[in-house]
Amino acid sequence: MKTTDTHRDLFQALSNKIYSSLHQGESMTLQLAAEHQDYLRFNQTRVRQMTQVEQIRLSMRFQSEGRRVAFSLDLTSDLHADTRSVLSLLERAREEIKVLPEDPFLSPIENHGEHHEDHPGTLPPLPELLEAMGFYEKKKLDLAGLYAGGSLLRATTNSQGLYQSFSSDSFFLDYSLFTLNVAGENKAVKGLYAGRSWSTPAFHEEMTTSAAQLPVLGTPSKRLEPGRYRVFFSPKAVDALIGMFSWGGVSYAAYRQGESALQKLMDGEVRLSPHFRLEEDFGLSLTPRFNSLGEITPTSLPIIADGEVENLLISSRTAREYGITGNHADSAEALRSPVMAPGNLASEDILRRLGTGLYLSNLHYLNWSDRFNARFTGMTRYACFWVEDGQIVAPIKDLRFDESLFTLFGSALEAVTDRAEIIMATDTYNQRALGGTKVPGILVDGVRFTL
Amino acid sequence: MSGPITMESNPLSYRGGNVNAPSLLITPHWPGFEPEKALNLIQKEAEWVGLRWVRETTQRRSARNGLPENNGAHFSFGVMIETLIDGHIAYAGTSDLSDQGLLRATQAAALKAKEMATRKAYAASIKERPTSVGRYEGPKGRWLDTEALATLSGHLIECTHRLKVSEAIVTAVAEVSLIESEVWYLTSSGTNLQQRQFMTGQHFGAIAQGSGETQQRSLNGPTARCQQGGLEAFDWDQLEAACEGVGEQALALLKADNCPNESLDLILAADQMLLQIHESIGHPLELDRILGDERNYAGWSFIKPSDFGVLQYGSPLMNVTFDPTYPGEFASYRFDDGGAPATREFLIQEGLLVRGLGGLESQHRLGLQGVANFRSSGWNRAPIDRMANINLEPGHSRLEDMIQQVERGILMEANRSWSIDDVRKKFQFGCEIGHLIEDGRMTRILKNPNYRGVTVPFWHALAAVGDLSTSNHFGTPYCGKGEPQQMIRVGHASPACLFRDIEVFGGAS
Repeated sequence: MKTTDTHRDLFQALSNKIYSSLHQGESMTLQLAAEHQDYLRFNQTRVRQMTQVEQIRLSMRFQSEGRRVAFSLDLTSDLHADTRSVLSLLERAREEIKVLPEDPFLSPIENHGEHHEDHPGTLPPLPELLEAMGFYEKKKLDLAGLYAGGSLLRATTNSQGLYQSFSSDSFFLDYSLFTLNVAGENKAVKGLYAGRSWSTPAFHEEMTTSAAQLPVLGTPSKRLEPGRYRVFFSPKAVDALIGMFSWGGVSYAAYRQGESALQKLMDGEVRLSPHFRLEEDFGLSLTPRFNSLGEITPTSLPIIADGEVENLLISSRTAREYGITGNHADSAEALRSPVMAPGNLASEDILRRLGTGLYLSNLHYLNWSDRFNARFTGMTRYACFWVEDGQIVAPIKDLRFDESLFTLFGSALEAVTDRAEIIMATDTYNQRALGGTKVPGILVDGVRFTL
Repeated sequence: MSGPITMESNPLSYRGGNVNAPSLLITPHWPGFEPEKALNLIQKEAEWVGLRWVRETTQRRSARNGLPENNGAHFSFGVMIETLIDGHIAYAGTSDLSDQGLLRATQAAALKAKEMATRKAYAASIKERPTSVGRYEGPKGRWLDTEALATLSGHLIECTHRLKVSEAIVTAVAEVSLIESEVWYLTSSGTNLQQRQFMTGQHFGAIAQGSGETQQRSLNGPTARCQQGGLEAFDWDQLEAACEGVGEQALALLKADNCPNESLDLILAADQMLLQIHESIGHPLELDRILGDERNYAGWSFIKPSDFGVLQYGSPLMNVTFDPTYPGEFASYRFDDGGAPATREFLIQEGLLVRGLGGLESQHRLGLQGVANFRSSGWNRAPIDRMANINLEPGHSRLEDMIQQVERGILMEANRSWSIDDVRKKFQFGCEIGHLIEDGRMTRILKNPNYRGVTVPFWHALAAVGDLSTSNHFGTPYCGKGEPQQMIRVGHASPACLFRDIEVFGGAS
């Protein structure tokens, strides 16, 4: 029996036992986030740390008398022991409900129907992965990174009869290849091989493509003075930029509560470029369409189009608070499956259109520097190049930028590539994340670099 | 502004039964588990076996704009098993604590250790897991059984009323976290360590809007106020009064001038020094970064192994310690997660880099001295080199004296923004509030104060270190690092400090 099936069966049995213990007027949602993963960390193309994790996390949301308490815990897989633990928390929740103040924005727990997705996959045998690493070590490749692979399950039930689940077998190898340039400086190229079906030939093709970029990184780095430059942001760099929209950007609650970087856009003080179109598109099938309440999000939802915000993300709780219609966003009101529309800049024309400027493959450590003007800072990282007259001249010494999203995706956005890349999530805080983005590259004129 | 809480106006007044029930102490029915029996069961499955059992409760309680926002808790419970075979340690984490579950996890780890040993990065040994026996119980203070949930909830709501000094305050938030952590580490080589920590965190913040401007202000920044101990960290009379001050400052920032764009003298308060120490001293000194383990995620370090004992990191006024013994600081402990006894050590002495932040594995790999900082974020992650309490030792300057030394400068408080490059050199940080200093005195507040610099030149610009009266200990529960990623608690104690000729800048005009 697959681990996912075992976790699913435990969850269903536990749900039935807990819901049968509820009293009149009480309602509850249970959510499961389970994984069975191998995490394999590499340094210098060798194994630094290997960790297998099997974890089963249950979240319970208990509502009664217009009040809400939320608990979560690690399950043991023993139905009897887990039931006793959850029932003890149910008793505690009942005690808390008696003394907590009423929550006027509570969303009722309702049956939003069934929704199930199962995405089986083929993972690599670890000895095969190790053998491949041995091959690249012999080729003197210096690789650091993380392989994560295994099964993931997300499931939701509630006391009104709702049952939804999403399972996926998948893997990623998120890696960097390092080299020394002629001046003795460390330079690197970043790669990501990810998917649901491991293919050794495809993996070698990915590695070959990445390794082919190393020789140019061996040439002397160019030091650039702070100033404004034309910039091409690769899809991976754009992925980082799009991430800023989920950090107090597209959340309606953040907008109303003074935390949104898009406030001036919402208020009509600025417009974005018509070339920039952003939507939530669950057609990527990388993450569940249901949220923590079991509400099923539309397959697609336009976020930004024609220079304006079409929709902010609105959870049911926010909708109640502000008397508006929600769109089944999750409580964090962050993008779960963002897709940026491609444009018409052909890959072969990127350097020619860039002319003289910077080709940025990756960004690092982005953070708001003036949130209410959508201004943020960050660093260039990995294979970033100085381009002159459409020709790559040299890798650069890393630079710090400080610029506004309103500029990057507004007046300065010149072109968007005609191909978008799917970039799977590699987050592993607490648990391995589901999800990903699909984004193209962008050409921007006049990005401000400061250090 | 609301008045004091009364039984009539308090929305939390108890609706029947014992007015004190329930208390803040949650006692769920934890699954039974006997770590010593479990070790006996699994210890023959490899050349050497370790078992780290973790049980942790984290409560989060918050209110926003006079209403409850979150009331919840997470209960973490599981083991991390370590197996050493052929010079490689592999790990398996599981919350299935049945005999079958433990054996399955141990055998999986043993199999992986054997498989990985052929491609291991270095040869591990039990020298990196010293035999230690002991217990540590951090300061507990007044613990959760002494206070009713309703009382805490009432205080949080009252704080949001106090923060909302005007209708221009669109968001007023009060939040606490209450944490109890137990770790029991046992090994087949005789280690038997039990450690318990009791911790609290608090955040009180206001966001003001008006005239096309939005500004935030909080008590010391959003995550800084965290420490070990109990509810004595919450002097509610003092906190409620402080919340009014926070609300007033958020309002005042709406009308303040932007921080200028120029190079001038900079005084950082202790609640910003924590971030400066964390990013530009703590991370670059981590030995696993220097070894390259972190190159694919958090990054490398500009520090080379040969820099220890040689590199003048900053001004001779600079003394930095790794101090797991600091009473009440957020990351105090007696042993790290590999069993190494934790002691206070100088990392930087009179500006000279003398020691790195690395546990026994990194120390053996590099042949350098380190500290006991091999730590994990929970039962489901393997230990790696982490910061714990990294402190800048107090100097002799009073705050007034430092201000008087400044002809034109800014005093910045409370971190708002942070970004630094992947080798920890070029940084840019922002604060919630700035105070312009002109001719030796503070004249007016400034909004959007930011500064940028490069690590070593910046620390060489350190011109005065505040005395104990300017010091405080803060921390964060959110230090991120590792593959797979781990969020861990760190503490930073520091006085206020004066830096000369720093590039500062403000927001858009």
